[in-house]
This record gives sequence, structure tokens and C-alpha cells, in this order.
Amino acid sequence: MAVAGEVLLSGSQELHVLAVDDSHVDRKVIEKLLRISSCKVTAVESGSRALQFLGLDGEEGSLGFNGLKVNLIITDYSMPGMTGYELLRKIKQSSAFREIPVVIMSSENILTRIDRCLEEGAEEFLVKPVKLSDVKRLKDCIMRGETEENRGRRFYKRKFEDDSSPPSSESSTPSSPSSPLPLPPLSAAPFACDLVATSEILSSPHSSKRAKLCNSD
Amino acid sequence: MILLKAGYLDEQFIQLEELQDEANPSFVQEIVTLFYTDSARLVQNIEQALNGRPIDFSKLDDYMHQFKGSCSSIGAKKVTNECSVFREYCNAENAEGCIRTFQQIKQEYATLRRKLEAYFQILRQAAGA
Repeated sequence: MAVAGEVLLSGSQELHVLAVDDSHVDRKVIEKLLRISSCKVTAVESGSRALQFLGLDGEEGSLGFNGLKVNLIITDYSMPGMTGYELLRKIKQSSAFREIPVVIMSSENILTRIDRCLEEGAEEFLVKPVKLSDVKRLKDCIMRGETEENRGRRFYKRKFEDDSSPPSSESSTPSSPSSPLPLPPLSAAPFACDLVATSEILSSPHSSKRAKLCNSD
Repeated sequence: MILLKAGYLDEQFIQLEELQDEANPSFVQEIVTLFYTDSARLVQNIEQALNGRPIDFSKLDDYMHQFKGSCSSIGAKKVTNECSVFREYCNAENAEGCIRTFQQIKQEYATLRRKLEAYFQILRQAAGA
């Protein structure tokens, strides 16, 4: 009964986005960007508020107090108290919510920061100020991810890559093609696109200022 | 748009204007108002931090990071640029540089406010006429 953890769109195909930012101005802007892109928005000012909304602050319940499933979480990186990175980790550690894509926003374009976030399972890293085109692209990516069952495809691709990599590269377990590989949780990043982003980042350290998630342009 | 040409504002401001619609015709003005209200607190904090002896540069940088973020969010180009200069002095723990740059920041911040107020005034008049 994994329904609670699945990121399913409601019949109306409207994404419900949880936006987290300590800056009042930025909250208002991101809210507008999302609303204009036909998303429902809940904007909160901190990581702890976000966890509260999700019901992850120790209390039962996983749908948010207004009963709407959250399809995407977009959070600022630098926030007092809990950073966006810490929030990302908490969400990815939660069985109920790890499937929800998390996007990090930051005014600072620091490669190590970007890498860290992507490694922790962030779908994308956006450099502020966030533009309407960023939000639209994000939305398209998520909608596409939902409907094309990219999970299956991505699963295959990941597995293939793991098979072909030398045994000494990552894990210390002896190579044995027949033994079941420790499968990455499907929920970590259920879209085919994120692999592209990671490899792009790794291959072009000085290039684009944001993780280009979708090769959809 | 003349404020853009003169370098006071950048593309981000235009982005905000593009988000404005009939449902929310004064969105940009609201954001700008919010910016000035919100950042007043930060300006004060920075002022206070600059008066501290010794100066807490790490706190200063924190405040300035927040302030700069807000400036950039509304497209306040000149102010944002001055903030970057400030942060460099801050990293170098150059108190004099910080103080001098902050004067500059406050000036640009006030100038922009005046210009934006005039701009919104003109828009209102144009809409009313």
C-alpha cells in the first residue's frame, strides 16, 4: 500500500507545489510564477514549517493539512535554521515523501553545492532569480515524468550503467553479475531527465549556471 | 524603459512586469513595496553591525547576502552590484571599504525607490487617463 508515497497527479492535472523560502519577496515571486504556470501553491517560510505541512514533524498524517498531495517541493538553499539541503535530506529519508521531486534554488552558483544537492536526490538546482521559463520547464518535466512512466526506463538505464561499471568503482562487494545489485530507490529521482543533468554537470564544470534537467528545448 | 537603460533595473524587473495581469494589476508595485518594507529591517541590521566594535564580519555577510538576494529578486541592478562589492570588502574584513560601500548602497537604494515611485505614478496616471 504505497499510495501515500507515490506522486500521483489528481484528475485535474494541476500540480500542487510546496514552496519554501525565508525571504518574503522571493516567496511572493515564486508563488506568482507557479500560479501563472497553473500550479496550486503553498508557500512557507522555513524548512520546519515545510515538514510540519507535510506532517513530518513527528505527527501522523502525510497529505498536508488541507488534504492536497504535494507533487513538487521547491526550496531555497540558504535559510536560517534548516537549510534547503537539510530539508532535502529529511524528505529523501522519509518513506512517505522521498518520491516527491525536490528542487533547490540558490542565489549562489557554487558547483560543489549543486553537486551535493543533486547527489542527495534533488531534481534540479535553479540559480536565482528564478524565471518563468525555469518554472515552465520544471513543470513540463514533472508532468512528462508522471505520464511517461519514466521510472521504468530510468530503472533500466541505471541498472545497465551499474552493470557496466568496474566492480571496484563504487561498492566494495565482489563483482558478480548474477547477484542482485543494490537498487537505487526508484523514488530518488523518478525522471529519466536527471541522469542527463548529472552527466552534464560532471562533464562541463564551467558551463551552464543551472542543472539543465530536461533536454526538451 | 528608461530605468532599464540607465542601469537601475535589469531583466528581472521586466520578468516581474510580465507576470502582472488583469487579475493582479499591481503585482510589481506590491513586490516593490514589500521589498522596501522588508529590507528596511536588513538595512538597519547592517547599520548596527557596522557600528559594532569589533565588527562581526560573518554576521554582516549574512545580512548582506539576504539583502542582496532581495535586491536581485526585484531586478535592482545597481544596488545588487554594490552589494557584491560590499561582500568582497566583507570577506577581506575591510571595515572602511564596507562602510564606504554601504553609504553607496543606501544612496542607490533610496534613489531607486524615488524613481520607482515616479514610475508607478506615471503608470497610474496613464491607466487613469
